[in-house]
Amino acid sequence: MKQFRSMVYPYVGWIAAMIVLPMLLILLYAFTTPGNDVATFRFTLDNFSRFFSDSVFLAVLQRSLLIAVLTTIICVLLGYPIAYTIARGSEKSSMFWVLMITMPTWINMMVRTYAWVGILQDDGLVNSLLGLLGLGPIKMMYTTFAVVLGMVYNFIPFMILQIHTSLTKMDKSYLEAAADLGADRMQSFLRITLPLSLPGVLSGITLVFLPAVSSFFIPKLLGGGQYVLIGNVIETQFLTSGDWNFGSAISLIMAVIIMLSMYITRKVDTDPATNGKGD
Amino acid sequence: MEQKRGIGGKLILGLTMLFFYLPILYIILFSFNGTRSLTHFDGFSLQWYQKMFADRTMMEAVGYTILIAVLSTIISTTFGTLAAIGLSRSKRVLRNVVEQINNLPVLNPEIVTAIGLLMFFSALGVSKGFGTMLLAHIMFCTPYVILSVSPKLRSLDPNLADAALDLGATPFQALIKVIVPQILPGIVSGALIAFTMSFDDFIISYFVTGNGVNNISILVYTMSKRVNPSINALSTLIIVLITAALAVVNIVPIIKERRSKHR
Repeated sequence: MKQFRSMVYPYVGWIAAMIVLPMLLILLYAFTTPGNDVATFRFTLDNFSRFFSDSVFLAVLQRSLLIAVLTTIICVLLGYPIAYTIARGSEKSSMFWVLMITMPTWINMMVRTYAWVGILQDDGLVNSLLGLLGLGPIKMMYTTFAVVLGMVYNFIPFMILQIHTSLTKMDKSYLEAAADLGADRMQSFLRITLPLSLPGVLSGITLVFLPAVSSFFIPKLLGGGQYVLIGNVIETQFLTSGDWNFGSAISLIMAVIIMLSMYITRKVDTDPATNGKGD
Repeated sequence: MEQKRGIGGKLILGLTMLFFYLPILYIILFSFNGTRSLTHFDGFSLQWYQKMFADRTMMEAVGYTILIAVLSTIISTTFGTLAAIGLSRSKRVLRNVVEQINNLPVLNPEIVTAIGLLMFFSALGVSKGFGTMLLAHIMFCTPYVILSVSPKLRSLDPNLADAALDLGATPFQALIKVIVPQILPGIVSGALIAFTMSFDDFIISYFVTGNGVNNISILVYTMSKRVNPSINALSTLIIVLITAALAVVNIVPIIKERRSKHR
């Protein structure tokens, strides 16, 4: 049993250096003031008070959360019927559709997002089609619509796949029992399928919300330079203005918000009233 | 559940496919465009492909992307597999701690991992470039390898390796001939995840690179500020390569299955 045990030690050293140390550096920078010397740093909460006292940053945070929540809601509302439709088919056809959903995610995210620029342009595909109907042109590029669309496009596969997995894992005999007991299709969907697939919805929510909050290239490509989300602020602090202390503090704030929302989501997941067991 | 999909279901699936594949088809179409426009198609031409192959920074970015993806896949797969085997035989406390830390890069937003690594590399005084990008890729790929190998190890009988050792095999022989073949599916899927993670990565690479070392994602990001249809040509090339690879991965098992059925 003890053979091979030592093979883990190099990895322990590696994660200490490459994962733990960088995280500690973020903490260190977030709670200190800019200084050139490591020996002279002092503890401060200035970076945090600067963020929370500036209405511009608060507006950015609010907008980021709003867009992430909006993206997540749209992903649930669109993703659920799609996953449900896929799961209703035979096993073979389900596998085919799952592959069709997964395939685009293997193609570079940046490349796929860039494609929307041409489609949403003022004289682009969508507006040309609207023009044929005598409508438009509608300005879509560099708006919240374009940013949310880009996020939904990139992240909805995670939602569909999570819900699909939980739907296929479901014990079908519950539905037969419900039918035997006289439930109609609507009743058995609301009382059985929906509650049993909720864990999939919840893990889908985490998988969509997390990248949506922190995303910074989707707002830049589709929202333009003026469209700033929290990820863009962090990018600017690190790569343009060089204020690593402030940048670390912002990413810490973001990480805490994400952790809190994940905690709440898990709490809902284990709550007996929502996972169908307490009914 | 197994019913025929009605018109509503077919409509949902049709619209979904349109939503997913329209941008991809759009890129492919406009890579053959006769002019710079991204919105009007003015005749067929291959000029953007010629420009792409003539563009040194583009070809370099493709080269770096493939090189880093291959290297980080090989290294993180080997490293992760060995660590997972060691981990499966370690004490519970160590195992829990390592598993928790291992999950951090998977659960953290990528931008947090990225700035952590950026500060780490500059604290060490390493100049940013190919080396830092490779190290960063190994760092975020290895946890996925461990996550896909570990479940296979859990269902493995530890007595088999011990038996091999009792029968006179060296630890290396026991590893290669007894353990690895049994966890091979986990290793292969871990390697596939590592390769795609590395090939697609933008955020972490963007923060830890320097000295003009770019990968495809960084290139698209920096080039997208002005209209450059060569990006479409490059994207089409990637789409064709990945679709071909996926087709091979998915179709080969089907053909094998059919052949074995015919026998």
